Amino acid sequence: MTDEDLSGFPLALEGPDVPMVSFRKVSKRYGELVVLDALDLDVAEGEMVTIIGPSGSGKTTVLRMLMTLETINGGVIYVDGKPLTHMPQNGRLVRANARHLRRMRSNIGMCFQHFNLFPHMTALENCMEGPVHVLGMPKKDARARAEELLEMVGMADKRNQHPSRLSGGQQQRVAIARALAMRPKVMLFDEVTSALDPEVIGEVTNVIRQLVAKHNLTMLMVTHQMGFAKDISDRICFFFGGRIEEQGTPEDLFGNPQKERTQQFLSAVKEAA
Amino acid sequence: MFDWRWDFTIEILPRLIVATGNTLLAAGLGYAIAVVLGLVFALAQRTPSRALTFVVREAIEFIRSTPLVLQIFFVFYVGPQFGLRLSPWTAGMIAIGLHYASYLSEVYRGGLDSVPKGQWEAATSLNLSTARTYFRVVIPQALPPSLAGMGNYLVGIFKDTPMLSVIGVAELMHTATAIGSETYRFLEPYTLVGLIFLAISLPTAAGIRVFERWVRRKLGLS
Repeated sequence: MTDEDLSGFPLALEGPDVPMVSFRKVSKRYGELVVLDALDLDVAEGEMVTIIGPSGSGKTTVLRMLMTLETINGGVIYVDGKPLTHMPQNGRLVRANARHLRRMRSNIGMCFQHFNLFPHMTALENCMEGPVHVLGMPKKDARARAEELLEMVGMADKRNQHPSRLSGGQQQRVAIARALAMRPKVMLFDEVTSALDPEVIGEVTNVIRQLVAKHNLTMLMVTHQMGFAKDISDRICFFFGGRIEEQGTPEDLFGNPQKERTQQFLSAVKEAA
Repeated sequence: MFDWRWDFTIEILPRLIVATGNTLLAAGLGYAIAVVLGLVFALAQRTPSRALTFVVREAIEFIRSTPLVLQIFFVFYVGPQFGLRLSPWTAGMIAIGLHYASYLSEVYRGGLDSVPKGQWEAATSLNLSTARTYFRVVIPQALPPSLAGMGNYLVGIFKDTPMLSVIGVAELMHTATAIGSETYRFLEPYTLVGLIFLAISLPTAAGIRVFERWVRRKLGLS
């Protein structure tokens, strides 16, 4: 990876309107398979962007790369103006080392399709683990913050339960509280309702609605819940074949899609619903 | 023919009970070494360094493919040629500890591999360091599935301590043999040794199963 030419990428983004998240010509390949093809995507501070598209279009990869769960093969990702996947060294960008990744990761929180709560910890302990052991908060403060967040997601009464005693919807709400306890600037929601029974999807989407309404978080979401995406997103990106095929406000994209593939996808989704 | 002497049995019992203490000490110490070293072996195979993984992997295979008694002899009798002059106890603990560490590392490996990838990803998303992820997230979850195997090897190491008698560690077998050669009576000492091993092994195995359930409950995993 030493031969990549990054001379066209700035060491940092500057100016009045620096996006919170910026993908610049980001590529991802698994062997021959191109998952993302020179993706450009900016997300402004406080913006809620939803990514939709058929499976295999690279939606989830976008979130996973931002969370540094995947490396990238080309381009640079910036978070809050600073490079995430790379770091400046002697006036040029080089691959980020573990220390840089750790520093940059503190800006980002993520919720997963399968919740991934720590099963040997109670709901409260799940929410305190990061603040105590990563942020170095005193236990008392971490507990207060965790209780406040569990209250917000409606899980205060279950704070001492282990995940195995909670329903999927409850676990996902705890997972949201756990991610928020780290005070990220950017929240990522990766198909957070896909593994849930239909009757509990609402309790999770309501928490996210509340976040959008009351907090100035920057959010990226991958979902198959089109109605939900339409309601709460500032912008919808339709992914196809590792590129953004079409993007726009929910009204435009759902109401008046321009591209044929978008139209096909939306009508297929509508028929299935 | 069958001539069991109770007075002799009672006479030798105190010596065998003292030796039982040594056997338990040897098993306990050896196991403590094996539990810790086994984890080191298991974790060493999970670092990004391929060379380290290769070396540890081959060492484990080597130890698992050669007899324990040879390893005990080797450490005790060949060690001095390399300036390693060890007491029977030290040599024995090193040999048996290393031997069982190799087996336990395989048990841990299975346990560590059983922790879902999503747990690692969640730990990364919370920015936990690798060390903290292991000790706070992964190892606690790898423990319950490892306990059954760990328990088997605890009983196993206990039953293998008689091998230490070959270099003169005064454990049960060694003591029983000594009694036999002093008195020319082997029936009672060896029978007692068998009964003592049985009396300790059976409850231990049962205790391990109880402990396993208790740990699962304690960790909220069931």
